[in-house]
Amino acid sequence: MTIVLLFFKPNPSAPAPIYLQLMNQVKHAVEVGALKSGDQLPGIRNLAESLVVNPNTVAKAYRELEHEGVIDLRHGAGAFVKSRSAAGGKVLAAMPLVTGLVDRLKSRGLSEDEIRRLFEAALIQQEETARRR
Amino acid sequence: MNQFAIQTHALTKSYGRAEAVRSLNLEVPDGSICGFLGKNGAGKSTTIKMLLGICWPTSGAGTVLGASIRDARASLEARRRIGFVSEDKRLYHYMSVGQMICFTRSFYPRWRDALEQQLLRQFQLPLERKTGQLSKGMRTKLALLLALCRGADLLILDEPTEGLDPVAVEEVLQLLARAAADGATIFFSSHQIAEVEQIADRVAIIDDGRMLLQESLDDLKERYRRIQLLFDREAPWKPLDVRGIAAARAEGPAVSLLASGNIDEIVAAARSLDPVSLEVAQVNLKEIFLECVRRN
Repeated sequence: MTIVLLFFKPNPSAPAPIYLQLMNQVKHAVEVGALKSGDQLPGIRNLAESLVVNPNTVAKAYRELEHEGVIDLRHGAGAFVKSRSAAGGKVLAAMPLVTGLVDRLKSRGLSEDEIRRLFEAALIQQEETARRR
Repeated sequence: MNQFAIQTHALTKSYGRAEAVRSLNLEVPDGSICGFLGKNGAGKSTTIKMLLGICWPTSGAGTVLGASIRDARASLEARRRIGFVSEDKRLYHYMSVGQMICFTRSFYPRWRDALEQQLLRQFQLPLERKTGQLSKGMRTKLALLLALCRGADLLILDEPTEGLDPVAVEEVLQLLARAAADGATIFFSSHQIAEVEQIADRVAIIDDGRMLLQESLDDLKERYRRIQLLFDREAPWKPLDVRGIAAARAEGPAVSLLASGNIDEIVAAARSLDPVSLEVAQVNLKEIFLECVRRN
């Protein structure tokens, strides 16, 4: 069974390319367990039409997801979620860590927006450091 | 098979002294959906007319599906494989919708009957009405129906969604996605940047007859960044001499940079100004478009 509803419409005006938005949706669904090992993703054509995006973009998202080991592309058969990869478990396992940190920041009087910005700033900073190497 | 469905080299069109299109090098790879952006009068329609053989280039060359646009016979043959919607979406005014479809169908052995039936239902086109009496939206839909049912390998569309309501726009974009899934290459002009972002995988930006930029949309979004600097004092702003800064503005304690690449060096240079905060954000196509056109 393939579920198109799993995907929400990407926001084309968002700065993140659409293929990245689609990838994140699949990863999120795998992380929370909505997509399980062996589940089939919608066909490229089908998904492109229902989301009204470029089929090349869907194909790119699927290729990258395969590259990252999230799904398997079986020629002619379609795209399938790989056995609940380390990725899914890892993210769920890290949840208490993040929850704890967020609680502590809140108890220091930081607002949710401030916490969100701090997380983003820290990630961007690390991304830049990594890029400079 | 050609690598590019459309390729032009130094394509130029002058009207008297005015140059509508200047030395345009356009490349539309096979199988892509390329959005063609530009202000009114930038040269979009003139370019499209030259590609379709509706007007003749002053100089330069171009091929469409491998046929030279300067070779009348070859390009006539290529045009049988091209579906188009032109600026005024001109149809034969005295024919009814039904007659128009029959007339066009008779030229094309690959005509898709099932798609025709489906689109007629979906678009609710009145078969009996004269095409001259159709609303603008209806005319566009009919023109698209004719183009898609021909099973064209290449669609060249001049503002295909102009004048359509949001529901119809989505229907048209969906049709384009479907045509692309069938292997068609699509080149379309539009003023709606959001719809180009939604459906295109490439963009070409033209201004004052010149090509400012043509690139994969994903690459473009990954290349451009907005960099914001905040200072605890009046921004000590001097222009940074670093490659890639497309625009810079300073106001009070804030400086905003738009970078078209080379982000690392720009960030390093900006850090040396000792800001209290430095943020790097992604930007969308609208910002990139506005900046490109403003700079030109």
